[in-house]
Amino acid sequence: MAIPASSKSSCPSAETLWGAIVLMVAYGVVPFVGSDYLLDAVLTPFLALALAAVGLNVLTGYTGQVSLGSAAFLAVGAYAAYNLHLRIPSLPLLIDLVLAGGIAAAVGILFGLPSLRLRGFYLAVSTLTAQFFVQWALTKFGWFSNDNPSGVIDAPVLTIAGISFTNAAERYVFSLTIVVISTLLTLRLLRSQSGRNFIAVRDHEVAAKVIGVPLLRTKLLAFGISSFLIGVAGVLWAFAYLRTVEPAGFNLDRSFQILFIIIIIGGLGSLRGSFIGAAFIVVFPLLLSRVGAALLGSVFDSGILEMSQRIVIGALIIGFLIAEPRGLIALWDRTWSTLWSARRTAAPTCSLTQRSLQ
Amino acid sequence: MSKLRRFKLIMGAVLAAGLASTPAAHADEQFFPLQSYRVGPYAAGGTGFFGGFIDYLNLINIRDGGVNGVKLTWDEGETQYEVERGIEVYERLKNRPGIAAWNPLSVGIAYAMIDRITKDRVPLITINHGRTDSTDGRVFPYVFPLLLNPYSETSGIINYIASREGGPDKLNGKKIVVLYHGSPYGKETIPIYKLLADKYGFGLEQIEVPHPGNEQQSQWLSIRREKPDYVVLRGWGVMNPVALKTAQKVGFPADHIIGNVWSNSEEDVIPAGDAAKGYIAITTQASGAEYPVLQEVIKTVYGANKGNLDDKKRIGSVYHNLGIVNGILNVEAVRIAQAKFGKRTLTGDEVRWGFEHLQLDPARVEALGAKGLFHSINVTWNNHEGDGRVTFQQWDGSKWKVVSDWIAPDWAFLRPIIEKSSTAYAKEHGIKIRTSGDDPVSQW
Repeated sequence: MAIPASSKSSCPSAETLWGAIVLMVAYGVVPFVGSDYLLDAVLTPFLALALAAVGLNVLTGYTGQVSLGSAAFLAVGAYAAYNLHLRIPSLPLLIDLVLAGGIAAAVGILFGLPSLRLRGFYLAVSTLTAQFFVQWALTKFGWFSNDNPSGVIDAPVLTIAGISFTNAAERYVFSLTIVVISTLLTLRLLRSQSGRNFIAVRDHEVAAKVIGVPLLRTKLLAFGISSFLIGVAGVLWAFAYLRTVEPAGFNLDRSFQILFIIIIIGGLGSLRGSFIGAAFIVVFPLLLSRVGAALLGSVFDSGILEMSQRIVIGALIIGFLIAEPRGLIALWDRTWSTLWSARRTAAPTCSLTQRSLQ
Repeated sequence: MSKLRRFKLIMGAVLAAGLASTPAAHADEQFFPLQSYRVGPYAAGGTGFFGGFIDYLNLINIRDGGVNGVKLTWDEGETQYEVERGIEVYERLKNRPGIAAWNPLSVGIAYAMIDRITKDRVPLITINHGRTDSTDGRVFPYVFPLLLNPYSETSGIINYIASREGGPDKLNGKKIVVLYHGSPYGKETIPIYKLLADKYGFGLEQIEVPHPGNEQQSQWLSIRREKPDYVVLRGWGVMNPVALKTAQKVGFPADHIIGNVWSNSEEDVIPAGDAAKGYIAITTQASGAEYPVLQEVIKTVYGANKGNLDDKKRIGSVYHNLGIVNGILNVEAVRIAQAKFGKRTLTGDEVRWGFEHLQLDPARVEALGAKGLFHSINVTWNNHEGDGRVTFQQWDGSKWKVVSDWIAPDWAFLRPIIEKSSTAYAKEHGIKIRTSGDDPVSQW
């Protein structure tokens, strides 16, 4: 399996150009024309989930370590930020955010230790411990939720340097900025020696060891970075989107959701795939539900309608897997390169996607 | 075949609209956005509650032509009891005109909505559940945990046990085990049971059942060792029938198990079969369809084929009746607000005023056809729970039978605890505490 270490370098100019256009629209157009509904109920959760997917992608897509504990790290991030804000009020929010990510990273490294001995399904099962342990601990010990009788906490208002982000557009811009910075830093990391180590470990652990990749450090670094990003995503989920947190909101379903974003839909080992996958997971059910309600809402019970949507989404996922096992991003890239080669005879391959786990 | 029925209804409506020669003047409407859940693990509660709520709104529309001529309208958004879906529905429906109140019937969704509805100035109703300290209307002007908050429920249960034992002084030396669901909801009343145990001098043991609670052998074995006089079941979902079955296995009598308000439905006891016979549970609204308002719903709404429940056997079930009572409280709040502000579409703030003056004495409850269904309510600007009474019902193997009077929780004892929590919340969020009902409502 020969995979280019730095996959993006094949056509950087087009990539950068498109990235810039997307960013310009995201910053310059969306906050001004987007309705509250679009910003608050669609784009903000999309950004948070996309960042979580980027985080999991570092671990699963690039380093090849399967994790079923993503929701736990979301929860650690959210509760850590809440407690930092509550107990050390003098800390600015951005520091809270980074520290919360750091705490999530520490927990992630701890639960990443079994990866030194376990692989594949066995590792996946051992990461389940994180999922159950964290949720249990947050429910069990009232301290985490400041002894709030129902264990549900309210997030504080987002304030940075005296500017508070109170309306939908402001919260969106806040989330967008955090996600863009985190993604760029991740991209940078993946193109460094550490990133190449990740890929080496994924593609052949023994070979990687033989050529001198430090397995222990690489795997734990991957767990750390991944949990850091997921922890920050948890802060966005709790503070910018829901503005409340309850441990039950970070259950195993959420972990699966994030895993599905990258494995089934987005494509492993592709940061763009994380975004496309998150968009699919957040937007598509809403779209289907709205279209379904508009067309058939008066004929069918809303319960029946909702059930049929689940069936449709399930069928679509199976369809995708058959049509393109490498995810939407591969489909996208293929279409893209076909279009590109139609315009230019010599088509550069812009494929980012690599074959999945060994 | 509700599908066919609804299809016919629509065709009928289309036909009727086509035949009507003169277009009707745009009438005033009051809108209820419904964050319902008809799918997922809690669908039994969701379909019953929202079915009852919609049935009552339909009754008002069909029988009375709305509230003083103002039509009641609604739209449903499916939440599956998930917070983020509830928020999505909130954001989608919040800009509809004439919203009266939100009724999510989910603690998680309600929590996430508190600062949103306060900013948008629309009431949030959390009947029988919700955030206990939102009872304090001085701090939470738009949140109404009507009839019963978790603390009052706890006090009501202990008062019932006291009455069964022959008075509060007889509680001294008795032993009560609380079997609670291992979730924030389940743990919420731990400190209150402790306080009440200290106050009345009964022995107390609180045992956790991890979610979802489909294995309780060890918990019930330790209950058998403890030999308590009563077991309070603070369960949820599958935990309830499993508790009853396991109790039977270890030989604990079902009539000494007292269920809380989320362990009191038909769905909790029927799966337990024989083991549930004799089991007792608290409720704010009696079950059964013999009450005049239920009879009218059956005659007027189901008679016109507009009933919301697919299974007519569920009419008068615990969740359906809770939905009916919720309907009564919402509609009466609108009516009371209309008496002050005029018979038109009201703003959320005006409906809030209505809820803050929602005083239905037993005579008014009887006039509404709900005598025996629920007792009374007395909401004021600073007491958003409204002193709801509770009653206890016993499962006889096929239906619930009321076995107690209307019991009052010990509100005076609970109020300082609630105020302590709410003032802490006000401080944390920089909210100005209202000192009278006419105070302008401070903004978050």
